[in-house]
Amino acid sequence: MQSPVRFGIVVFPGSNCDHDAYHVCRKVLGQDAVFLWHKDPDLKDVDVVILPGGFSYGDYLRCGAIARFSPVMREVTRFAESGGPVLGICNGFQILVEAGLLPGVLLRNASLRFACKNVHIRVENPFTPFTTACAAGEVLTIPIAHGEGNYFADEETIHRIEENGQVAFRYCAPGGEITADSNPNGSLGNIAGIINERGNVLGMMPHPERAADPLLGFTDGQKVFASIIEHVLSRVTPGAVEEVAAVTGEKGRR
Amino acid sequence: MSTPVNFPGEPESTLAAAQQHGLTEEEYGKILSILGRVPTYTELGIYSVMWSEHCSYKNSIAQIKTLPRSGGRLLVGAGEENAGLVDIGEGLAVAFKIESHNHPSAVEPYQGAATGVGGIMRDIFTMGARPIASLNSLRFGSLDSPRTRHLVDGVVRGIGDYGNSFGVPTVAGEVYFDPCYHDNPLVNAMSVGVVKHGAWASATAQGTGNPIMIVGSSTGRDGIHGATFASEEISEASEKKRPSVQVGDPFTEKLLLEATLEAIRSGFVVGIQDMGAAGITCSTSEMSAKGKCGMRIDLDKVPARETGMSAYELMLSESQERMLVCVAKGHEDKIRAIFEKWDLHAEIIGEVIGEDRLYISYKGNLVADLPPETLVLGGGAPVYIREAIRPEYLDTVNALDIASVPEPVDPGAVLLALMAASDIASKRWVYEQYDSMVRTNNVVMTGGDAAVVYVKEGHKGLAVKTDCNGRYVYLNPRRGAQIAVAESARNVACTGATPVAVTNCLNFGNPYKPGVYWQFKEAIAGIGEACRVFDTPVTGGNVSFYNESPTASVYPTPVIGMLGVLDDIRRSPRAAFRQPDRDVLLLGVTHGHLGGSTYLAAIHGIVAGDAPGLDLQEELRLYRLLAELASAGLIETAHDCADGGLAVALAECCIIDEGKKIGARVRLDGTGLRVDQLLFGEDQTRVVIGCVPEHTTGVAALAQKHGIACAGLGTTGGDALVIEGILDVPVEELGHAYYGAIASKMKQST
Repeated sequence: MQSPVRFGIVVFPGSNCDHDAYHVCRKVLGQDAVFLWHKDPDLKDVDVVILPGGFSYGDYLRCGAIARFSPVMREVTRFAESGGPVLGICNGFQILVEAGLLPGVLLRNASLRFACKNVHIRVENPFTPFTTACAAGEVLTIPIAHGEGNYFADEETIHRIEENGQVAFRYCAPGGEITADSNPNGSLGNIAGIINERGNVLGMMPHPERAADPLLGFTDGQKVFASIIEHVLSRVTPGAVEEVAAVTGEKGRR
Repeated sequence: MSTPVNFPGEPESTLAAAQQHGLTEEEYGKILSILGRVPTYTELGIYSVMWSEHCSYKNSIAQIKTLPRSGGRLLVGAGEENAGLVDIGEGLAVAFKIESHNHPSAVEPYQGAATGVGGIMRDIFTMGARPIASLNSLRFGSLDSPRTRHLVDGVVRGIGDYGNSFGVPTVAGEVYFDPCYHDNPLVNAMSVGVVKHGAWASATAQGTGNPIMIVGSSTGRDGIHGATFASEEISEASEKKRPSVQVGDPFTEKLLLEATLEAIRSGFVVGIQDMGAAGITCSTSEMSAKGKCGMRIDLDKVPARETGMSAYELMLSESQERMLVCVAKGHEDKIRAIFEKWDLHAEIIGEVIGEDRLYISYKGNLVADLPPETLVLGGGAPVYIREAIRPEYLDTVNALDIASVPEPVDPGAVLLALMAASDIASKRWVYEQYDSMVRTNNVVMTGGDAAVVYVKEGHKGLAVKTDCNGRYVYLNPRRGAQIAVAESARNVACTGATPVAVTNCLNFGNPYKPGVYWQFKEAIAGIGEACRVFDTPVTGGNVSFYNESPTASVYPTPVIGMLGVLDDIRRSPRAAFRQPDRDVLLLGVTHGHLGGSTYLAAIHGIVAGDAPGLDLQEELRLYRLLAELASAGLIETAHDCADGGLAVALAECCIIDEGKKIGARVRLDGTGLRVDQLLFGEDQTRVVIGCVPEHTTGVAALAQKHGIACAGLGTTGGDALVIEGILDVPVEELGHAYYGAIASKMKQST
């Protein structure tokens, strides 16, 4: 049996989905997981970093704006730059854009109200380290819970990320159609999640960790974690590194 | 010890000043005799808040003590700690409690509701329990009023912003609308937490020389006199009390939660109490009185967020997100390090003394010197039994001549109107603004009869629900209160759980009015009777009087928060029909009682008649039957018949799983009943069941064993709810009416 993948879950003051991510990694998927304290610039040799949901620093000032200055974020940036997989969920996505690891910003929802509900998202790029367990165009049911998830970027950036295949997920109708009605927050292009150019950093507003425990009835979120596990395990297999990188790099640009 | 003195510039205490503080002449006399001198201004402030209705329960405690407050699975009974503790097995206990924040929400809905959530959360985690679920019970005036829409918007945002940031899922609740709540909305918040046996903390100070620390936020001038404000009627002048409303900071509360639990786990916390109403005053006096000791407190050490605060202001501030901790001497640094890790203050402000006194000093002067026992509930705080007289309105409203009510011409149209009525329509507009999924433990997402929360520390589920039909209590306080207990228990039982304990929030008018006090006494008697039969002791709660304005008093509204325990969450039935071709059954008997019904109120504008009848023993048998049906895996669907009667219950079963609406075809035996009595009568002790046809005989056999009537109504399937010979309504139309109503009302401009 292969040794488990080691997930590092960053705990900022105000993180509140840290335990949920931990629960999924350890109890649901049987992997290893540790918490990474925001004041410690030490990633404890993890294979994957998760920036969990919540309200880091109360989201006072602007969501994610203060968290990016935490000591741990310098290490997370270094880790990402060296190709390590980083998953930012909800507030984690907001922190990644504030830290400049992903392009664009997350504005207040168009409704100006917090929204918590199950939504449908379509897998736009099944070749990222976070989506290989999904089929292209597959529709996942995963909940959102945010007040500021309205993805926005300037025209040129949108054009670039669309061209590069950096849009990982889009909000859609149950059948996969991209419609205005299925967009819960006003995001440009119904964007629900994006990756960086290199493909190793994913930010998404929906919460895959909330759709992973079979006891709660929805399990589509497991596919995001399963993809990461597969990615990490294949990467440490000798000879597989280049192969995976080649696949991700090429097929990522559809 | 020298005699305490006023802080420079503070007025002398006089009877007039005492009366301005809400104390009576008799109470002021009592203070003079306790102290043997005129109190300092700070002392006057201290007595006035501690003897306010809000802190002392002076007009309610005598009645509350008649409730069953021990037994069952209770580990800590009502009034012993900040919240009751219930054993749920597997070495775990649940702390849960409900509390009101009505008055602040009436003048400042956002902060009023937010701090209501914050306050009840602190009551739970100060015991060492981690909050895992929160609920709220709300009452407003009609949604057609712009003031109501303003209040709804603010309250929902306040609850959402606080709870969402704090990271505890809001899993259930209720919202009702009636003009009687126009001036006085009710905002009741409930929190449920889990703690390992033996790991809970007590709100007791003890051990002479042990340091007393204040932890969390700094202290400002916000919320001064909040407790006193909550102890008077709402009026034009209430707007001026807006500064009495506290301001919440959920981020700090989240840090305080983590730091507090870590501190309690360290083993160096002797006692701890949150600071809610009356801040430092209440926590120092209650912790001292409980430990039969005293404290010496130096207010200069209290971290203040404003300059120039007086002793009076520091003692009465209700700044949020603070705790008072009694620490084992020699371990102060360890406790301080934990709070500093979470970027919170932890300052030593005094110590425990062997003497039964509270010495408060500030800027070199002693400003208060009091025996703590004289301040607290159960000690020297006044206890009153008020005059109770059955109010005359009952004779008028209880008379209902049903023959004068026209029978519906188009029952399908009436059903659609009821589905869109504010009291019945989906509260999705509200609950989607709450994070109901954080902590990934909410098994039955919003829309079930009760929320089912999965306890990750073990294998159990908790079913929780709040309920109270204020109209029933208005029409018949005793039976209405029994029904509030029964309905919450029935909702919990519909998930397969066994109801085990109750918390209550008693929202009433001015207790000095004999009619109001009679309602209060009767309601307490009703709650007590129901809880004794169901073996669900009352673990604690809150009383909110003075929910009155010059023009109106609210319906007496004793909200019940019920806790149930579920052994296997995978066997929990849902409120929705799950598949086509399932048998639909009805447990219980239909008598066609229309008094006090939603149908009469919403369709005919009539609030009259008596509350429905209730047989407590039959209810208990129904709960036992439901638990057995669930654990035997015989049923998929169980949904309580409540507001709107059997027709609304059936319609809800069809559409409550919005993505998977399923119709049903049923035949109802309406012998001797009007069609509205048959469809919309609100007879209690009835539950709609859905099961695979192979299990129908088994369900009927168990029902017979428990002495509960069981009738086959029909089957699920199709895309309409068909009640043969009476109505045929497409499920899409039912869904449209049910899900669209509140959102479209809220869209009107405020």
